[in-house]
Amino acid sequence: MATGEIDVKYVAHLARLALTPDEEKKLSAQLGSILGYIEKLRELDVTDVEPTAHAVPLVNVTRADEIRPSLPHDEALRNAPRQSNGLFIVPKIVE
Amino acid sequence: MLNQLTISELSAKLAQREVSAREATQACLDQIARVDGKIHAFLSFNAADALAQAEKADKAIAAGENKPLLGVPIAVKDVLAVKNQPLNCASKILGNFISPYDATAIEKLQAAGAIVFGRLNMDEFAMGSSTENSAFGATKNPWDITRIPGGSSGGSAAAVAAHECIASLGSDTGGSIRQPAALCGCVGLKPTYGRISRYGLVAFASSLDQIGPFTKDVRDSATLLGVMSGVDPRDSTSVPQPVPDYTKALTGDIRGMKLGLPKEYMIGGLDAEVKSAVAAAVKKFQELGAEIVEISLPHTDYAVATYYIIATAEASANLARFDGIRYCARVDGADPIELYGQTRGAGFGPEVKRRIILGTYVLSSGYHDAYYLHAQKVRTLIRNDFLKAFETVDAIVTPTTPTAAFKIGEKSDDPLQMYLSDIFTISCNLAGICGVSVPCGFTKNPKLPIGLQLLGKPFGEESLLRIAHAYEQATPWHKEKAAI
Repeated sequence: MATGEIDVKYVAHLARLALTPDEEKKLSAQLGSILGYIEKLRELDVTDVEPTAHAVPLVNVTRADEIRPSLPHDEALRNAPRQSNGLFIVPKIVE
Repeated sequence: MLNQLTISELSAKLAQREVSAREATQACLDQIARVDGKIHAFLSFNAADALAQAEKADKAIAAGENKPLLGVPIAVKDVLAVKNQPLNCASKILGNFISPYDATAIEKLQAAGAIVFGRLNMDEFAMGSSTENSAFGATKNPWDITRIPGGSSGGSAAAVAAHECIASLGSDTGGSIRQPAALCGCVGLKPTYGRISRYGLVAFASSLDQIGPFTKDVRDSATLLGVMSGVDPRDSTSVPQPVPDYTKALTGDIRGMKLGLPKEYMIGGLDAEVKSAVAAAVKKFQELGAEIVEISLPHTDYAVATYYIIATAEASANLARFDGIRYCARVDGADPIELYGQTRGAGFGPEVKRRIILGTYVLSSGYHDAYYLHAQKVRTLIRNDFLKAFETVDAIVTPTTPTAAFKIGEKSDDPLQMYLSDIFTISCNLAGICGVSVPCGFTKNPKLPIGLQLLGKPFGEESLLRIAHAYEQATPWHKEKAAI
């Protein structure tokens, strides 16, 4: 496990999160102390331990591939910030 | 004072036509009008809709219908979808979002006849331990309004403790039901992972989240658990286990049952009054005929660190959906990337940003194995500690929290100290087991509730509730009411 500073600006870009310079500075200090605390996990030898992603003994839960009613179109668009002709409106993606 | 009744008391009065559902609902609305200015448990509620549901329930009662929650007003944490009601997760980012569908747990409550009303305050996206992270202002503890009610389901706990509803729903990812229940003096149950469908619960950490009830006594928790449990094709992690009548488990007889006391939970930061209340509870269990044995959960000290890697990693992925395209209060940008960043930067509060950054970091290239995979392996060790303990004991007894409710503002500038207040509740979610907090006494000055936590085997809710109920019935704590 690597100690040290998080490059908050870079990680915020990965997370698609616009931060003010003040927020970046404050987060950097706070995350430094949280990461310092998390370092204690390094004390444990986990070489032969299987990871737990989930605590339930279920795998590959499937259902029949059948057409069923789903959320109606107008309901799906109900909370859209911008919409037109039954579509979500987004900024231009391709020049 | 109909709003002060339990579900079982109100149901009996409704069945005997002693009172109407409309009167009971009106009593809750009157109490909200009287006290919620001070408590701020509710973000919003629709009184006309609640009364219309109550009238429908009264007609059903008059027609001789008999359902477990018919005419019982139940309020809901602002993280569960209720069709045509607002859903904000106490965040600015969701704007004027209105749920297009019902959560499965809500559908089941409604099918059982409940009056589902109100949106209860919480820490934004269920991230926090004090409800101070709500974008709409903190909730206050009904026992002392200068103190926090706990969190993240602080509104759910405070609303039940202040008798603004008969019972409520919350969600628990690392203690968010049990901790506020303890600090507000009510019963809070986190069922086994997979017991209640998470469909319609806004995801925080998908492998840890579970819906559960806040109630005035253990019997009501058993009733609500029975109504809400069961496999659901819309949640592939819900488990096809039979759903028993949990109220039948409440026999009052716990003779011969074995309860484990983990030595690792007697930590330095444990408040003296909390410690002595738990010691008195242990003595009470012995009087009731249970056997107490010391056990060891050796990886306890690593639970908080493990949790803050796994929970933030999952949250960073889950909260990616709040991007301003299909919903959310959009802040425009020149291109989609800028739009996402601006929308999320303006919409999320400080704690949510902190956790998204931490979670993104522990999953990022070069750090994934060192942090996330490592934490998942430690999670296995923590889970194995519990499974081993449950080979010899029926349940585990601990304090729910290291201290009673702290002052508003006391820990809000120090995230790590806030995280450590969840030290006793976090392991339960990592291990995927069930847990309940029941009142076990009060501090002297000021008078604040203390919670006792019982942890049970996976799908061991019957034994867990039997033990909790036997203790509750042998002690006076759950009958005390906050003077508000």
